[in-house]
Amino acid sequence: MKSKAILVDITKCIGCKQCEAACKAQNKLPEVEETKLSATAYTVIDEHEERYVRRLCMHCKYPTCESVCPVGAFSKTEIGAVVYDSHKCIGCRYCMMACPFQVPTYEWMSLTPKVQKCKFCYEKILEGGTTACVEACPAEAAIFGDYNDLIKEAHRIISENPDKYVNHIYGENEVGGTSILYISDVPFEKLGFKTHLETQPLPELTWSALSKIPSIVMVGGTLLYGIWWITNRRKEVVEFERKLKENNEENN
Amino acid sequence: MDKSFLSRLTFWKSVAIILITLGLYSVFIRFTGGLGAATNLSDEFPWGLWLGFNILCGVGLSAGGFTLCGIVYIFNLKDFKPLVRPAILTAFLGYLLVITALMIELGRPDKIWHTLIMWNPRSVMFEVAWCVMLYTTVLALEFSPIVLERLGWKTPLKIIKSITIPLVIAGVLLSTLHQSSLGSLYLIVPNKLYGLWYSELLPVFFFISALTVGCGMVIIESYLSSRTFKRELEFPLLLRLGQVMVILIMVNVVVKFIDLMDRNSFDLLFLNRTETYLYWLEVFLGLIVPFIMMNFKKIRFNRAGLFYSALFVILGFILNRMNVSVTGMESGSGASYLPSWMEVFITMAIVSLGFVAFTLIGKYFPVFSEVHTPPNKNSQISKYIV
Ligand code: SF4
Ligand code: SF4
Repeated sequence: MKSKAILVDITKCIGCKQCEAACKAQNKLPEVEETKLSATAYTVIDEHEERYVRRLCMHCKYPTCESVCPVGAFSKTEIGAVVYDSHKCIGCRYCMMACPFQVPTYEWMSLTPKVQKCKFCYEKILEGGTTACVEACPAEAAIFGDYNDLIKEAHRIISENPDKYVNHIYGENEVGGTSILYISDVPFEKLGFKTHLETQPLPELTWSALSKIPSIVMVGGTLLYGIWWITNRRKEVVEFERKLKENNEENN
Repeated sequence: MDKSFLSRLTFWKSVAIILITLGLYSVFIRFTGGLGAATNLSDEFPWGLWLGFNILCGVGLSAGGFTLCGIVYIFNLKDFKPLVRPAILTAFLGYLLVITALMIELGRPDKIWHTLIMWNPRSVMFEVAWCVMLYTTVLALEFSPIVLERLGWKTPLKIIKSITIPLVIAGVLLSTLHQSSLGSLYLIVPNKLYGLWYSELLPVFFFISALTVGCGMVIIESYLSSRTFKRELEFPLLLRLGQVMVILIMVNVVVKFIDLMDRNSFDLLFLNRTETYLYWLEVFLGLIVPFIMMNFKKIRFNRAGLFYSALFVILGFILNRMNVSVTGMESGSGASYLPSWMEVFITMAIVSLGFVAFTLIGKYFPVFSEVHTPPNKNSQISKYIV
């Protein structure tokens, strides 16, 4: 199956929160209204500048959460969903600390806590469906489809309405690209988006340090051994010379 | 033993007992009500005091072990030998406490063994986990002669002694990786960690400051143990260690300067923000004050002077780690965080546990036996009590 994506058109969202409700029903979460992402709310509507912005896991192309997890609990699937395996998770919460979009949340009050976040309705999609939130949207503010098609669609919408839309697809290049894409008529920085993100995938930053480990070990090990050898040798030489001298004296 | 000394001992004993009891209570709450019941951590701020102090500082303050092992065995400066055992003991205890803290801090401590079989070599946390495991093993082996001597087991003792050098090399390498990897943990958050601390050189800074504080810890610990166990202070040795400490401070300052220059970030030093003040406080306490102090002969050649210089280094170090893990992360995460009292109690209990264990082991095991100095008379001790 091809890589999937969701394109959110912020100009179209009417703030009805059907997506929130559908998500809760799909994931069997308690039906209370929440204002921010939590272990029981995988998507929420944020209001900024009289616009409604839906927040959810961005399903990054190069997921930070996947790269930082010591036990590999996250994986980027072929269809684009970033999924989490709670059986592996040890609860270090590095994924939460590292996610550039502050998405993963934790079951703080549980004795067997899990990380929670949007699952991209992974199983539903595998069966050929779409996500529950897109299905529920009455205003077509979010559309579901192949990633490549939606990128093209977003570019088409923007170029056909250059006066209306900001010329930026949020998620096209941020931290290397994401499977959730946004277009908007209000600059993204005014809508609570993190707009200072670079295009470089974040996992590259830690990899640049981690990839040096083998050379540190080899060069460092040799160096330490060498220093030890030299300093010890010096001692042996001193010892040897002393003995030599003693012998000579005895012989004389 | 004079009265005041006795009463002081009982005073510290009661403090330790109270702190450990409060800590145990908090641990009970944490394991019956969940992390949320005991801590002020949140989805926006998932790492707090425990990670910043118990882990980052805990590992850093244990750096004396590998620093001294390297000095004595690799560089063959055998004069320092009397300091090695106490330093290994501190490091070993330090790591055991870090592991204890980790078991409280992790959401699923019962699954910690997963790191053994589920690998993700692209994760810094994976590197950290393996360094903790391997280096604790090395420390246990380096520490084992102390126990074996006490038990009088000759053969295992011989075996351990014969692999000293490979052990030391492994220890130094693992520590280098571990100390720096704690800094690498933060490389992934260029948009969250404040610019005064975020740098590509974070692993380098963490390593240099760990070496510095390693020297500082050995000084402090020798000073304190000379008082507790009534033995002569190896002053000339400590003084040389103090000089190494100053050199490392200078290296740190130079690298900091170059780093800020490379990143064009000098303006950050003068913004009117909380981060700026705490950054300056950290630099002041940990770098400037001890540097100035150690440049005065009068202070340097004075036991208390050396002790306080080292103490400042340690304070600055702790502040640095707390700044990276808490101060520097607040504005970027859009959250504010103050530890809950239970978080504080658990941390204090862990520190007390360290002190208690060090004292007990120092008392019953030949940790200081390689020091061939006669025990002090009581009259002499009072001289060292500041
Ligand atoms: S938004 Fe965060 S949680 Fe979602 S895939 Fe990206 S890094 Fe992972
Ligand atoms: S909390 Fe769990 S999923 Fe997140 S990084 Fe740690 S082990 Fe991985």
